[in-house]
Amino acid sequence: MSAFWSWWITLIALANILACVWLIRWTARKRPDEKPSHETTGHEWDGLTELNNPMPRWWLWLFYISIVFGLIYLLLYPGLGRYEGLLGWSQYSAWEEEVESMEERTAPLFAEFAERPIPELARNDEAMQTGRRLFGNNCAVCHGADGGGRTGFPNIANNYWQWGGEPEEIYVSILNGRQAMMPGFGGAMDDDAVEATAAYVFHLSGREVPEDLISRGEEHFGNYCAACHGPGGEGNKALGAPNLTRDEWTYGGGMDSIMTTIREGRQGRMPAQKDLLGEDRIHVLTAYVYSLSMDQRNEQDDEDDAE
Amino acid sequence: MGSATILYPGDGAPLMDGTTQYNEKVVRQFALATVVWGVVGMAVGVLIAAQLIWPALNFDVPWLSYGRLRPLHTNAVIFAFGGSALFATAYWVVQRTCQTPLFAPKLASFTFWGWQTVIVLAAVTLPLGITQSKEYAELEWPIALLIAVVWISYAIVFFGTIVKRKVKHIYVANWFYGAFIITVAVLHVVNNLVIPVSLTKSYPIYAGAVDAMVQWWYGHNAVGFFLTAGFLGMMYYFVPKQANRPIYSYRLSIVHFWALISIYMWAGPHHLHYTALPEWAQSLGMVFSLILLAPSWGGMINGIMTLSGAWHKLRTDPILKFLIVSLSFYGMATFEGPMMSIKTVNALSHYTDWTVGHVHAGALGWVAFITFGAIYHLIPKLYGREQMYSVKAIELHFWVSTIGVVLYIAAMWIAGVMQGLMWRAVNEDGTLTYTFIESLVATYPYYMVRLLGGVLFLGGMLLMAWNVWMTTRPVATRAESTTAVPQEG
Repeated sequence: MSAFWSWWITLIALANILACVWLIRWTARKRPDEKPSHETTGHEWDGLTELNNPMPRWWLWLFYISIVFGLIYLLLYPGLGRYEGLLGWSQYSAWEEEVESMEERTAPLFAEFAERPIPELARNDEAMQTGRRLFGNNCAVCHGADGGGRTGFPNIANNYWQWGGEPEEIYVSILNGRQAMMPGFGGAMDDDAVEATAAYVFHLSGREVPEDLISRGEEHFGNYCAACHGPGGEGNKALGAPNLTRDEWTYGGGMDSIMTTIREGRQGRMPAQKDLLGEDRIHVLTAYVYSLSMDQRNEQDDEDDAE
Repeated sequence: MGSATILYPGDGAPLMDGTTQYNEKVVRQFALATVVWGVVGMAVGVLIAAQLIWPALNFDVPWLSYGRLRPLHTNAVIFAFGGSALFATAYWVVQRTCQTPLFAPKLASFTFWGWQTVIVLAAVTLPLGITQSKEYAELEWPIALLIAVVWISYAIVFFGTIVKRKVKHIYVANWFYGAFIITVAVLHVVNNLVIPVSLTKSYPIYAGAVDAMVQWWYGHNAVGFFLTAGFLGMMYYFVPKQANRPIYSYRLSIVHFWALISIYMWAGPHHLHYTALPEWAQSLGMVFSLILLAPSWGGMINGIMTLSGAWHKLRTDPILKFLIVSLSFYGMATFEGPMMSIKTVNALSHYTDWTVGHVHAGALGWVAFITFGAIYHLIPKLYGREQMYSVKAIELHFWVSTIGVVLYIAAMWIAGVMQGLMWRAVNEDGTLTYTFIESLVATYPYYMVRLLGGVLFLGGMLLMAWNVWMTTRPVATRAESTTAVPQEG
């Protein structure tokens, strides 16, 4: 703010306040020709008349007190142009101080959690209470309160992972975010090709589709899709290319949805949490996300053992 | 509205005995429009209150979604219901207190049809999702232009009438109507400076924090001048008329008028506490909002004290009940507002339903109640009747809507304070105690109470519509004309 505008706003603000004081005092003065307060002023409009009672004393006090309070506030806090106020208070420093003091109080707790391996932390009740609240306030808005996801936002509670479900992989997903980049093939494929390819993808997860579509679709799949999703559609977590052989879909598994995906591509984006939460909190959050699929992990371990 | 075959008092040529003939047709039109838009606007309010509990009530139709109907509700109750009431009463009051018919009667008639066109265009474009996305200034530029034209016409009619007045002094009600008309014109034009890119889309010439500040300078003064100064004009005529008592204090009128209109101008930034708005603007917004308390209460005191010596009339006169209770709600809301503008209080109340409760304490308790009183006072006079068709129905309307307002604002107070406390609750580990969704779940019971309050208020409005219909129905024998007054001089 330039000195001119600083002075300008300061002067008109104070002038308005002081004008109110003058207005009260000037109006409150008793005029020599004034009629007693039980008589009307003598003006009349459509049968309406006016008395001229003195202003209530308590009301005048209220007015004066609010003015004095306002002037004191403007002395103490930033309000008059560039003047910063005697207290040196600002919303920015107040916020920074609050964050700092909270960080001081809670950092040791999270530092302690950060030293434990994630699978162990995922079984720690206290840490998981904290993790649940972090999840509820930072992740649930997209992935759902139970991590079940919804259209466009993956289910992260079922141990099927687009970017990998090992502790380190989940941690990186949260820390740095993820950017999916499936290109659209609407320009390269005609409608028949899109339909056949979609039918083939539909069929990959074990669902019934007419034979002729499958054979045509398989060829297109080999040309366009296999590079990322793998020749058998088993996916590639390094690229974030989903496994297409399970009936699990981020953008819907119906023919229409799959055709839209092929035509237009999908660029899902998980935002990075690093600057927002810091590494130690993300460690706890990772353990919580890991814990959401704990039952399925155990079942899978049992199956692996049985084999 | 009205019928060509019926003769009403006040519509003909100057009377043979030399008394003044006032232009009452436009007043009748606006008075009836007030009632119609009141029903519509409040019904939409009830619907969206229900949608907050049962989102399925949008029936998956985009035009019925909450985000589109909410601005329709606010525009309908503020500008259609409140606006029509202000036009009707300003035209009535300015003629009578100046003892002269309206200046430019054809222009006055244009303001009626122009304003109704604005309302209909709003009712079409807002559900279609055509909006500037500025609260209370949603209407896109072609409609905003029409508003400007109608408003300037309104100013010409009003001030033209003041200029040709036959009494020396300008009555206090007209100070307030005049301030309201001038200021709303300035606010509307400045906040709607946009660059159109198509017939239905435009962008403001301001950017970022400046745009936000201009919007809330407009927004808060829409409250201060449209919903306060305008209705204070209404109060200064209808309270002393209905009570048949002189105004309490002329000097109090002077002080609170000048203090109110000068200080309101600064209060807008309190809508932007703890944002990117420069801190000096936030502080000035808060300080001026606090100083605003006394000037606001000046109007309440002058209205309520006007009743000294006539308190007994409250027992029997439901119209007076509406007028006096409206002043109580006005006093309450104008105490609450300065309190909520204090930064530490605002940190709790902002973005919660407390704000919604505060707005409705003013909008239902003050604006709607004073309007009900004024319209009940006017309708019989406009149609040459002794009184409203059913005085008992007015009494019932009063009690139903009073209970409705109290339920509404009490529910929103509790909900708002609860939300504010839940959002800021922090655990030992520094995490938030509650997720947002938990605060929403906790709010449902209060949403139910609010809906009940809204239904009662709408019920009262429907009762009023019936009563007005029965009163204005043509009858075989017309009552004696009571509207002509002797000309001065």
